[in-house]
Amino acid sequence: MRVSPAIIQRIAVVFMWALAAITFAVLVFILAYVLLHGLPHVTWSFLTQSPANMGRAGGIFPMILGTFLVSGLSVLVAAPVGVATAIYLTEYTHEGRMTAVIRFGADCLAGVPSIIFGLFGFVFFAITLRMGLSVLSGSLTLALMVLPTIIRTSEEAIRAVPDTYRQVSYGLGSTRWQMVLYVVLRSAIPGISTGIVLSLGRCISETAAVMLTAGSALRLPRSLFDSSRTLALHFYILSREGISMANAYATASVLIIAILALNLLAYWLMRKFVAKVGR
Amino acid sequence: MAKKIETQGLDLYYGKFHALSGVNLSIESHVITAIIGPSGCGKSTLLRSLNRMNDLVHGVRVAGRVLLDGVDILAPSTNLSLLRRRVGMVFQRPNPFPLSVFDNVAYGLRVHGEMRRSHLLPVVESSLQSTLLWDELKDKLDSSALELSPEQQQRLCISRVVAVKPEVLLMDEPCSALDPIATGRIEDLMRALAGGYTIVIVTHNMQQAARVAAQTAYMLLGELVEVGPTAHIFENPKDKRTEDYVSGLYG
Repeated sequence: MRVSPAIIQRIAVVFMWALAAITFAVLVFILAYVLLHGLPHVTWSFLTQSPANMGRAGGIFPMILGTFLVSGLSVLVAAPVGVATAIYLTEYTHEGRMTAVIRFGADCLAGVPSIIFGLFGFVFFAITLRMGLSVLSGSLTLALMVLPTIIRTSEEAIRAVPDTYRQVSYGLGSTRWQMVLYVVLRSAIPGISTGIVLSLGRCISETAAVMLTAGSALRLPRSLFDSSRTLALHFYILSREGISMANAYATASVLIIAILALNLLAYWLMRKFVAKVGR
Repeated sequence: MAKKIETQGLDLYYGKFHALSGVNLSIESHVITAIIGPSGCGKSTLLRSLNRMNDLVHGVRVAGRVLLDGVDILAPSTNLSLLRRRVGMVFQRPNPFPLSVFDNVAYGLRVHGEMRRSHLLPVVESSLQSTLLWDELKDKLDSSALELSPEQQQRLCISRVVAVKPEVLLMDEPCSALDPIATGRIEDLMRALAGGYTIVIVTHNMQQAARVAAQTAYMLLGELVEVGPTAHIFENPKDKRTEDYVSGLYG
């Protein structure tokens, strides 16, 4: 017996709707579970005080600052290098063996587990370059980790800029650099910033690599050469070592809200930018 | 009439493909010259040779001479930025940048170093006036150019080129993305601009060449078959191939 296409269509719709609903439900469940356990413990003093008794009491202010420093610095290092590499690959070279090798290398690096980056950062930055377990070692390691993502997303964004813009710019007598700066980057900014924000999110939530390079000191970092514990690592240690599940969930809630806020901010900035240039 | 541009034995290869062979074309000052011919005959390539836009294509090779006011622009010492300022180009599709109307017209001046808005504004105004856009857009200078109609966008693209005060305007099928009414108005604009500029237009549309051009060149398979006053080319061509094309036998 043949089933009519209309019925198959209905089945397909229900099937896809169910899968989408499951995805959404899992997401909501995880978020709700963490926030319900954690939010009641998030108080003003929790956000502003230093931890006491290994994190059983007190707050997470040094971890907030540590997370901010480590992930901020890593994106500050990785973004210019990554965007410059993307510009070089797309605008300043012809496709050849070398661009293929660079691109292949970036893709391979993007797939390397973060703990390997952690190990490399530990051996290279912390030991060989004598930076020790520090904010600097941690952020340089994370910068290396997110560099491939920034390169590839920027490259895609730059490639999507219509070629006619480049021709018009040359046609008006601009140099290549002026063309890149005024036309290509301007049009590619939404795509490039998406890649950077994704990378920032990955830096904020990274655990393995920062444990090996930034360390897990509880005190407030005073300089870039101080060890510092990030929020994600704090959560890991609190729960793994059974120190305080309540504070672990509270830390996780702060982490989730921070990343949510970051994404919303990026989304809002992008909307604003896009509205301004009319695309 | 004075010669503005002259190509002498111009050969151009894209890799192994011989796109232009031995083109000798004189373009007279302050009139419209049309280049016609079937698709793939090399007319756009020829146009793009006149301000060296073909340099952007990987693997292109050029031989011969292209004289602009008697000076060979193919010489390695040519300042490309200055050349393209003198010889501006309008493209097939209206392609304003995703910027405001003002920033589009001011773009060329800015890349040549003029950043002060007080100096840019009069040029933006006169450029928009020369394409009859000023009255429509004077209150919308800061809105996005992408919100304009296709015809307005193409006029804006012409204003953008006019703003850097070129001597020659190259137009690569400037009306092919427009409706017939807009096409007619852009043609009026071309005729109005012809007094101040040397205009070279590539067109698919033989009627368009007949309507606007004082001089017409016919190309086929990378060769310049015939060039002369437009009326001669259409009514009294010397070459059999030109006659076949303008009478609609092929193309």
